[in-house]
Amino acid sequence: MEKKFVIAILVENQPSVLTRVSGMFTRRAFNIDTLTVGETEDPRYSRITIFASGDDSTRKQVMKQLKKLYNVKEVKVMERDKSVYRELALIKLKNDPQTRQEVLSACDIFRSKIVDFSPNTLCVEITGETSKIEAFIALVKHVGILEMCRTGVVALERGCNYLNSDSCDK
Amino acid sequence: MKLTGAEIVVETLIEQGTDVVFGYPGGQVIHLYDALYTRSDRIKHVLTAHEQGASHAADGYARTSGKVGVVIATSGPGATNLVTGIATAHLDSIPLVAITGNVPNSLIGRDSFQEVDITGITLPITKHNFFVKSVDQLADTIREAFAIAKSGRPGPVLVDVPKDVQVAAYEYAVGQIAEKTLPRKAKDEKLQKAAAMIAASEKPYIYFGGGVVTAGASEEIMALADAIDCPIGCTMMGLSGVPDNNPRFLGMEGMHGHYASSVGQDEADLIITVGARFSDRGTGNVAKYARRAKIVHLDADGAELNKNVTAALSIECDIKDALSRLLAMVEKKQRPEWMARIAELKAEEEKQLKEIAPENKLTPYALIREVSKYTNPDTPIVTDVGQHQMWVAQYYPFANPRTFVSSGGLGTMGFGLGAAIGSAMATGKKTVLFTGDGSFGMNLNELATAVSNQVPVVIVVLNNGVLGMVRQWQTLFFNKHYSNTILQRKTDFVKLAEAFGLPAFRIGSIPGITCPSECGACLNMENCIGTVDEMKEVIRKAFEVDGPVLVDCTINCDEFVLPMLPPGGCIEDIIVKVEGE
Repeated sequence: MEKKFVIAILVENQPSVLTRVSGMFTRRAFNIDTLTVGETEDPRYSRITIFASGDDSTRKQVMKQLKKLYNVKEVKVMERDKSVYRELALIKLKNDPQTRQEVLSACDIFRSKIVDFSPNTLCVEITGETSKIEAFIALVKHVGILEMCRTGVVALERGCNYLNSDSCDK
Repeated sequence: MKLTGAEIVVETLIEQGTDVVFGYPGGQVIHLYDALYTRSDRIKHVLTAHEQGASHAADGYARTSGKVGVVIATSGPGATNLVTGIATAHLDSIPLVAITGNVPNSLIGRDSFQEVDITGITLPITKHNFFVKSVDQLADTIREAFAIAKSGRPGPVLVDVPKDVQVAAYEYAVGQIAEKTLPRKAKDEKLQKAAAMIAASEKPYIYFGGGVVTAGASEEIMALADAIDCPIGCTMMGLSGVPDNNPRFLGMEGMHGHYASSVGQDEADLIITVGARFSDRGTGNVAKYARRAKIVHLDADGAELNKNVTAALSIECDIKDALSRLLAMVEKKQRPEWMARIAELKAEEEKQLKEIAPENKLTPYALIREVSKYTNPDTPIVTDVGQHQMWVAQYYPFANPRTFVSSGGLGTMGFGLGAAIGSAMATGKKTVLFTGDGSFGMNLNELATAVSNQVPVVIVVLNNGVLGMVRQWQTLFFNKHYSNTILQRKTDFVKLAEAFGLPAFRIGSIPGITCPSECGACLNMENCIGTVDEMKEVIRKAFEVDGPVLVDCTINCDEFVLPMLPPGGCIEDIIVKVEGE
């Protein structure tokens, strides 16, 4: 059965590593829904978070193939019930006096911020789980979305669980 | 001591135990070739006719010796010409280090002359690759490349060295030979479970692949089969892993596998799979594969477990270690009924073979068997890809491990001649290349290399004037629409060989040239086939030649590779005879 899952990958912070990871997905016909990458607390490593979909055997195969890559240090599934998932979206909407109030109250309810405001446009910054962002988008869609960008999911496990086994000693 | 990058490359290769490299010079490796020139006492460079030939030669060197093969090429086209060879090695898990030159760092990314992003190109076909940005990383990168190439499940590694890095000077000190890391050891409880599954099985079947050849675990496989009284089958890549004269050995299974091996596997209730990856050529339709059997899967690469076929028990392990420990755990037991059934299947297979290859007729079987009379247990037997490859895989009686050299996973036509040169260089032994007129046509330029180096290779061309394997599919599945498989060439391979400077013999006459057959339609091809006696005489003479020699043997284009499991088919679909041909 198709399921969504989030994988965190600790990789060496080097050129071409992102290509190696994403290339593995392409070559083996695995799907990536979102991919996020950035440096970690240790500048030698970057952390890639991939939101992917597939059945159980696909997930296992993805993990094994990732572990085979030489620049990959750790791979772990971020279990939904043990992790915090967050995504950020910037959404530029039409700034129409007739719908402005509706947008402002939607922002209020979703605890999002207006980060830019011009006579014709306004820009909303929203963070949260993917489902929250999608609910917000559905709500304001009719106002007119002019442009939008999303970071994709980032995830951390709760409590004393670390991706980098070196961190366990700290 | 302070050396240039180019010298560091050569010194590191020597330090890693490399005695032969294959390659082709060019603008961006000219410094590297200068360094090779001064160290020719320690490292022999074999100049090929084309970089692809060099890559296959390094591959053949690695397959037969078990050492890491090394190939060198220049940037741009030199590097891209290695791609097929690297992919071939990748699919068959062969340890290879490819060193390419590139334009200087200052010219990278500017579409400079002969610049390509070879690390980008080879990313999905290497185990790993490196772009060496500065000379201080050079020696360690090459050492790491060797370590990666031979560790665990082996594979090719490419190291791209820009010209300025070859020119720059840096301190070099002789290092250690890179250690190969073995796969992890199997857990005891998993092996216990395997032993219990074997004890509960009435019809066990050992199915091994190239991983057994890599791990050097032939003895362990045979000992396990003796202990539990079961037959042994293998994948094509497993061939030579168990000697043909082992009474338990049924040969290759799968699409063109031996009848007893494929049917035996289908009837088994337990398949103990060792160092094989359940390729589609081995399984056919996965949904219908081995329906009666539980599968125990041992492999060095954890990513192969449950990839194509779901196993009841899968063990990521060092195969040799795991098998010897499993042997101590299994219950010794005779399984006379099962072995009697296997004997029945073997008798049926014998009967089929008599129909396919009647005595007194020059068939591929007769030719391959005759050649085998002149070879030793350690003679490297190299093939190209196609019908002849399958016939060799089926009929040649392999004895020692690492004597079968063939492109399995990638199925690279044109692999053979380069690989044969590399095999002969690695072993110092007279080597046999079986090829077809199609495959041979792809890289026959390497005849020049064989002659220049007086490589002792007996080249046997099974010449049927067609691209036989595709034509066989067209006969069976495409209403005999022979689309672009009839070569209609007028090549005289004997004259060709003479032009390259090696002796050559012919068996039979050339359809459409020296005998009145319409080679297009394969009409009257019977008239062009030589006699068995003629064949025997030529093979005898060919093996008397010291250096390279070519034998061009006309065979009938309606010879089929049988049995055949149609692609995507299952054991019930097995074709053992083609009517009306």
